[in-house]
Amino acid sequence: MSKIAEITVNVDEYLALDKYEVDEESAHVELVDDPDDEEFLKLVRVCPAALYKVDADGKKSFDYAGCLECGTCRIACGSTIVRKWENPQPTMGVEYRFG
Amino acid sequence: MSETDFDVIVVGSGCAGAVAAYTAASAGKSVLVVERGNFAGAKNMTGGRIYSHALKEVFPDFEQEAPLERRITHERIALMDPASQMAIDFTSPELACEGKDSYSVLRAPFDQWLASKAEDAGAEYICGIAVEELIKDDAGRVVGVRAGEDEITAQVVVLAEGVNPILSEKCLGNPRPKASEMAVGIKQVFELPAGQIEDRFLCAEGEGAAMLFVGDCTHGNVGGGFLYTNKESVSLGLVATISTAADASNPHPVYQMLEDFKNHPAVAPIIRGAKLVEHSGHMVPEGGYDMVPKYVFDGCVVAGETAGLCMNMGYQVRGMDFAVASGQMAGQAAVEAIDRGDVSEAGLSSYKAKMEESFVIQDLKTFSKWPRVMEGWDSMFTDYPVMAREIFNAMFSVDGAPQKPLMKRMMPIVKKRGLLKLAREMRGAVKSL
Repeated sequence: MSKIAEITVNVDEYLALDKYEVDEESAHVELVDDPDDEEFLKLVRVCPAALYKVDADGKKSFDYAGCLECGTCRIACGSTIVRKWENPQPTMGVEYRFG
Repeated sequence: MSETDFDVIVVGSGCAGAVAAYTAASAGKSVLVVERGNFAGAKNMTGGRIYSHALKEVFPDFEQEAPLERRITHERIALMDPASQMAIDFTSPELACEGKDSYSVLRAPFDQWLASKAEDAGAEYICGIAVEELIKDDAGRVVGVRAGEDEITAQVVVLAEGVNPILSEKCLGNPRPKASEMAVGIKQVFELPAGQIEDRFLCAEGEGAAMLFVGDCTHGNVGGGFLYTNKESVSLGLVATISTAADASNPHPVYQMLEDFKNHPAVAPIIRGAKLVEHSGHMVPEGGYDMVPKYVFDGCVVAGETAGLCMNMGYQVRGMDFAVASGQMAGQAAVEAIDRGDVSEAGLSSYKAKMEESFVIQDLKTFSKWPRVMEGWDSMFTDYPVMAREIFNAMFSVDGAPQKPLMKRMMPIVKKRGLLKLAREMRGAVKSL
């Protein structure tokens, strides 16, 4: 598996400053089951919200709740491990106050 | 032609969509704008700065009305290695000249103003719902949109859905932009009192600075950092080409790049004591002319970033002026086609003609080679900043030992990199700029 340098920043704290209406019912971004490690690491590198994580034991996790709806994961891995990328349901998702 | 619900439906209320809606509504057409954010701008993000020329064509008095942040009168370009920075600061009265000037903006307030202009001109708005599909008739002509349960028809649909072109791919058959043609942008907004911004950036009251960084801000990856001063905040962020940032050879996630960039000794003092108020992400089309897809269809025209209209020159980044101009031309072409009773691809082709006659396509064509040159110019992002550090250390640093003449101090720094190689790289870059 390729390497990711030590991550010292906690992006979740930054996302907590943003305004969201999280859709608890349905995920607007979904990955395939058992995504390929190297493809997943691509998303660890490029997602500006750090939604794709690999913990110390190598366990992968993804949470759409803090999504900034930029579409980067769709462009990077839309033909591999990102199975679904849709705009969130009406009125849901991020709402920039500055932008 | 059968009756439609509206003359024109605009998908998306960013710079392109709102201006297209304003243009068509001002010409007396019935216009519906469908915006997926709860208000125009809610899903939008810019670095950013807008060059005003295109906006002035549409709104001659925008300076009095628009929620502009600061007029940019200082241009800074910085080359940074992990610990050093070499920056150029340029200011001149020409940068503030009406029609040549540029302004920092924040999209949430700015896009709401643009939308209000379209509404005042008579456009109707539906916000908070995304268009899921462009409806086509049996012949494949776009005849309307589907949003949720609603199907709404129009003679012309202006597709301005933004940089993530879902409908353009799904319904118009345009290719998905490649990871090498797109950059990921990540930005944070920091609040700072106006006086402190003017002091830190050496700007006159109400004026501001734009700053572009290259080198260690992306840890040597293709891309760069940016900083724009707003009225009472600073926008700080970076962009990185998706294909190279995603590559296994890059160990630095973009959010860690931003964190390290913020902690760089030349950047940290800029935001010292400032309060972080928003973290945002957005893509930037960087492929230039080669990535512009087909943008005229039967019953539909494509504008703004959805059409790949953006230019990152390294020293200059433009997108919103392209969006405004393309929105205006799309709106005009829609009106003309409706008036002539021909909204086929041929009937709407005046959009393409206008675009090709304008700065939009001409500038993209002039600099069409640059994206590839930039992508392949590794040393610009890695070694040049180090070379700048060595050169300026040799020039400015004094340790009391007898000094050699300046040229003797400089030549080894340049020579070890190869004079010819440097000259060749510079020549290649200059030719594509």
